[in-house]
Amino acid sequence: MALDQDQVRKIASLARLQIDDGQIAEYQTNLTNILDLVDQLSAADTNGVDPMAHPLDAVQRLRADVVTEKNQRENFQKIAPATEQGHYLVPRVVE
Amino acid sequence: MHNKTIAEISRDLAAGEYSSTEITTDLLARVKDLDKGLNSFITVTEEQALAQAKAADERRAAGNATAWTGVPMAHKDIFCTKGVLTTCGSKMLGNFEAPYDATVVENFSNAGAVSLGKTNMDEFAMGSSNETSYFGPVKNPWDKDRVPGGSSGGSAAAVAARLVPGATATDTGGSIRQPAALCGITGLKPTYGRVSRWGMIAFASSLDQAGTMTRTVEDSAMMMNVMASFDKKDSTCVERDVPDYTSTLNDSIEGMTIGLPTEYFRDDISAEMQQQVRNAIAEYEKMGAKVKEISLPNTHLSVPTYYVVAPAECSANLSRMDGVRFGYRCEDPKDIEDLYCRSRGEGFGNEVKRRIMVGAYALSAGFYDAYYKKAQQVRRLIKNDFVEAFKDVDVIMSPTSPTPAFKFGEKTDDPVAMYLEDIFTIATNLAGLPGMSVPCGQVNNLPVGLQLIGNYFDEARILNAGHKFQQATDWHLKAPQGIE
Repeated sequence: MALDQDQVRKIASLARLQIDDGQIAEYQTNLTNILDLVDQLSAADTNGVDPMAHPLDAVQRLRADVVTEKNQRENFQKIAPATEQGHYLVPRVVE
Repeated sequence: MHNKTIAEISRDLAAGEYSSTEITTDLLARVKDLDKGLNSFITVTEEQALAQAKAADERRAAGNATAWTGVPMAHKDIFCTKGVLTTCGSKMLGNFEAPYDATVVENFSNAGAVSLGKTNMDEFAMGSSNETSYFGPVKNPWDKDRVPGGSSGGSAAAVAARLVPGATATDTGGSIRQPAALCGITGLKPTYGRVSRWGMIAFASSLDQAGTMTRTVEDSAMMMNVMASFDKKDSTCVERDVPDYTSTLNDSIEGMTIGLPTEYFRDDISAEMQQQVRNAIAEYEKMGAKVKEISLPNTHLSVPTYYVVAPAECSANLSRMDGVRFGYRCEDPKDIEDLYCRSRGEGFGNEVKRRIMVGAYALSAGFYDAYYKKAQQVRRLIKNDFVEAFKDVDVIMSPTSPTPAFKFGEKTDDPVAMYLEDIFTIATNLAGLPGMSVPCGQVNNLPVGLQLIGNYFDEARILNAGHKFQQATDWHLKAPQGIE
């Protein structure tokens, strides 16, 4: 499965990753090689096999819908790049 | 003092041979002296370590000591440590001081252990050579031109160089067992769900599992006694009693059946490598174990399956790194999209970006069935191979890695060649089984690892088998030159 450079740019954009133009060709080669490795799966006969999401086929544990955590906003926002009045700051989203 | 094992230190501290403060000071000085040449630590927490040691000595004086009180160790830098840098080997988290402790870290603190700091690793645990760390590669103490393996290369090298007697580590596709093999130490990856993943920075959530790096199997059992616990904060952690793993170490292994998968003894593995493993098997036969050839027919699909499942899960897990709430943020973002793309583009290294992109592609509209669903189906086939095999055998044994430690740069240009380094370890993670590597020989003065794979929650049995091997051989006592 060979990817072209536009596909590489599109995947990078979907994943919100800036890739320098000078590196696109290298990513194209490496990602193509990885997908070639992965394509070996297509030869496997998986008719009627249930997909396995958890090694022990465990199901999600449930708990009562009650508050168990206390608010630690100041503690968590101390490590944020930019905050103001308890909010996380990002560039303007709505004009 | 640095040659002491965890078990020996525990006994010495109880007997009053020396204090925790004394051995902690001694090892901290050793880290300062030797780690410049190894780079096995990202952060050394000297002040906190000495405070923990003092508290441990006081606890002992008050008569409240346990087996771990005052014993020094280290944590892989993937475990969150409150108020201490937790980088995961990445520029993205280069300034991240975790606001809480991982459950594993908390378990060791509660037991009274002394943490000397945080060990180096491949970025976000993605790598098999430690060359993807933003903080520079770790050197293998056996040959500084060679890699220590990865991703837990810092923990493996620190233990091999006798900087600490034990360290925590994590294993998603071989990240404990492969570096343990390449550095000549003992590494255990428990059953998926045995140890809490809470506060352990997620790479591939259905595969990640925390485990141990030690020189002896006995020490691994001692670490497991502290690490394994049910934790309601990890929804995949299994609620099941934790045995005393040290209590069965000396059980007889007479009559134990060892399975040797033909697919793991391939022609392209060097004759010398295979010979080391065969010698170990012969040792087991001397102890009364029986050997049986088995087949795990879907082995060849394990690396391809892994490189769908792990990237898909990592692309989801690493989306939380967005330059907004913590970690790295780019300079002067012009809009929100630019903030996301440049923070992530500049904060992540190439291997991490590659895997996120493979995952994003595999999960994108129209490809889900062909990749992720298909991989999950093959994953079940791989698991079923093991389930069948364990009907006839007690333990499966194989080489841990296809080669001993390789040179820096040897595989960095070809990601797929690097991925094949984990060919014998990955299937265990896909199936969720416990696996361990113990040193079993040398090729060209470089250590070779024997892998022991156990049935679900059968850690006690592989620890027992590993311990018996270490009672009969001395490979685990060999130290790199200049380290003695």
